[in-house]
Amino acid sequence: MNLSNHTPILILAVPLLAAFLIPIIGKINKKATGIFATLVLGLSLIFTIILAVKILSVGPQIYVFGAKSPFLTLPSGLKFPIRIMFQVDAMGIFMGLITALVSFLGAIYSLAFINKNNGVDNYYSLLLLLTVSMFGMEFTGDIFNFFVFLEIASMASVSLICYRGTDLGEPVEAGFKYMVVSSISALMVLFAVGIFYGEYDVLNIAAIASVMKHSQLDKIALGILVSVLAMKAGAVPVHMWTPDAYSEAPAPITMILVVASQASLYAMFRVVFSLYNITLNTLAVGWIIIIFGLLSMFIGVTMAIIQKDIKRLMAYHAISQTGYMLLGVGVGLAVLANPTALQRYGITAMEGGIFHIMNHAMYKGLLFLTAGALFFRTGTRNLDKMGGLAHYMKYTTIFFIIGAAAIAGLPPFNGFASKILIYESVYKFNPLLSIIAMVVSILTLASFVKVFHSAFLGPKLPQFKEVKEVPRSMVLAMAVLSCIIIFFGLFPDLIVKNLVHPAVMSLIEQFKYTNTVLGGM
Amino acid sequence: MIGNFPYIAVIIFIGLGIYTLIFKRNLIKIAIGICLIENGVNLFLITLGFRKGAVAPIYTQAPSGQAMVLPTPQALTLTSIVIGVATTALILSMVMMIYKHYGTIEVNEVRRLRG
Amino acid sequence: MKEMSKIVRNVTNLVYGFIIIFGFYIIAHGHLTPGGGFQGGAVVASAFALLLISYGQLKAKKFLNINIFSLLESCGLTMFIVVAFLGLGTTFFYNFLANSGSWFGHMVIPGINPGDMNTAGVLPLMNIAVGLEVFAGLGIIVLLMADGAEFTKKKENS
Repeated sequence: MNLSNHTPILILAVPLLAAFLIPIIGKINKKATGIFATLVLGLSLIFTIILAVKILSVGPQIYVFGAKSPFLTLPSGLKFPIRIMFQVDAMGIFMGLITALVSFLGAIYSLAFINKNNGVDNYYSLLLLLTVSMFGMEFTGDIFNFFVFLEIASMASVSLICYRGTDLGEPVEAGFKYMVVSSISALMVLFAVGIFYGEYDVLNIAAIASVMKHSQLDKIALGILVSVLAMKAGAVPVHMWTPDAYSEAPAPITMILVVASQASLYAMFRVVFSLYNITLNTLAVGWIIIIFGLLSMFIGVTMAIIQKDIKRLMAYHAISQTGYMLLGVGVGLAVLANPTALQRYGITAMEGGIFHIMNHAMYKGLLFLTAGALFFRTGTRNLDKMGGLAHYMKYTTIFFIIGAAAIAGLPPFNGFASKILIYESVYKFNPLLSIIAMVVSILTLASFVKVFHSAFLGPKLPQFKEVKEVPRSMVLAMAVLSCIIIFFGLFPDLIVKNLVHPAVMSLIEQFKYTNTVLGGM
Repeated sequence: MIGNFPYIAVIIFIGLGIYTLIFKRNLIKIAIGICLIENGVNLFLITLGFRKGAVAPIYTQAPSGQAMVLPTPQALTLTSIVIGVATTALILSMVMMIYKHYGTIEVNEVRRLRG
Repeated sequence: MKEMSKIVRNVTNLVYGFIIIFGFYIIAHGHLTPGGGFQGGAVVASAFALLLISYGQLKAKKFLNINIFSLLESCGLTMFIVVAFLGLGTTFFYNFLANSGSWFGHMVIPGINPGDMNTAGVLPLMNIAVGLEVFAGLGIIVLLMADGAEFTKKKENS
């Protein structure tokens, strides 16, 4: 049994088994659950890196559940692709690396952050289930399987948002809003899956892509899928759940929720690029995605400047940064049918948008973890009540400065690398979009200068006299993210050439996606 | 004989569910609205598999000359019903916790998070 | 919540055993008749809900213990994943017992026939695991909601 052939499923199955064993372990010893969860997520990270090396050197991998081949051969010789399978290409493993790293760091941070007496084993079990569902959304090649993992992710994340709901009422209100929005999204995704099944009789994404005829029903399905996946990703006309959910969840869970929203964004890109590709009117759909991106950027940052709650402010910034990703990939989609424009700036715009996904997970995660550290020591999230904390919490201050400089797009950090790719290529498409993006970046810097001044600078306040630095596991998680931010900022070329460019090419070239499965037919 | 009637019923279900979600103010009625949308989508999936004059898909090989109803939408609908049970249980538990902390379940009054 | 009248309690005493047996019948024959893990588990959990309603929450807590349900649920889930791992020789979830001649491994007779219970490999084992998990899980949900309703009623009355 060659273990490296089974890596796509081991990345999911080992945390799933651990999630089911944790309640049994929790009855014996409560502290062991956290350490067990962290070790299992570390193992998952190692498997993801092994799979990434294999995919980037050999090619896309498929993994069939329950049989040796994805086809069922009838006695007459006809072959139907009916098996459920995982299809991991460069874009999928790019998102998988982000998920593995962020979950591992979230579990390390939670070792010190979560100090309730009861319900700790439920917390780690749900965290492992959320990680499994995110991996499932990113690796799957079957569209109904995607719906199941989407529902598991929404239920696990809602339960984790309501984790503090035994004592306080606001997390439960935020969780209720998120659950209603998630339910509607997932049920409409199922409706679109039903439309595809009724028309083509297959559920496999590559098989649907090869027989897609783009009839009137397919246009309805496209409209439904793009709007509800934008709803799950937090884009602007439908962003109402994001500030409440991100601010009321515990800090490591907010970091993982950001990556879960990006997994829905990945699904939207997969539907538009690999299912439909050139059969649709790419200019129209591209402009719709660009409009979503512009609205998200602008409304996100203007709502963020006036906030008093530090995590709510960062949640609005998360909406704004999602707009950058939508803008970059939207420009790439709009010129997909035009080969010269695609070579000149379309591929660069998509590289910027997709590199921004990874950069955003890193620096937004770091910022949410620093906000969690402030809440852990001072007990409040209100910026009016904090002040002068740089005297007591030196490491947290340095990490916050690194995170704020990265999100504003200052040069030695990774935000600058992806933003300059977006600015340059979007300028060649339409100069006005690039100017709006730059103005939004300046406003982002302004609002983070405000946060830094209110929370960290100023004289020492008497009520914070006993505040010390946060425990070592939290400092370790923040330090790893800071090192990655600085490394990506100093050597962006390595990452773009080896990880981002193969991901962009695997989205653009739809025939490679379908040939991996149907090549034998 | 059946014609398009199940599809019209699907649209009515989903429409009523969305109407309940938007215009009703009690949180339990919102939970009922989500159940209505889910029932509509399940009915849509089951109806896709129907073939006229076919038998139930319970044999290993169909009797010759006769079609079978498609079994895959039935598996999809079962999965969806299980997910719906879990979703309903979670939403109702959250409604109970909101009542415990806020004392009311009218949507106008459960509004501590705004801006 | 208060317990119900004597007629209801007596009928519950007669009937709940049959409901649980019927639920286990649906779970065990999932590969031949309509049903399977989730459906049978839901029927068994409805027997627990019947007990809870007719005896009231305080008395029912004496014979429905949440810790045992939690343990059963974890055992059911672990059994499901371990059986899926055992097929890893070929691929995950592979049905390594079907048509193999050992436990649950008879060959399937094509055409119309009454159905042989000894067929279908790994499926009955997974049905039993899922049924165990579902009835324990739904039992926990029903018991905790009854606790919550009791707490709310006390808060309203005080």
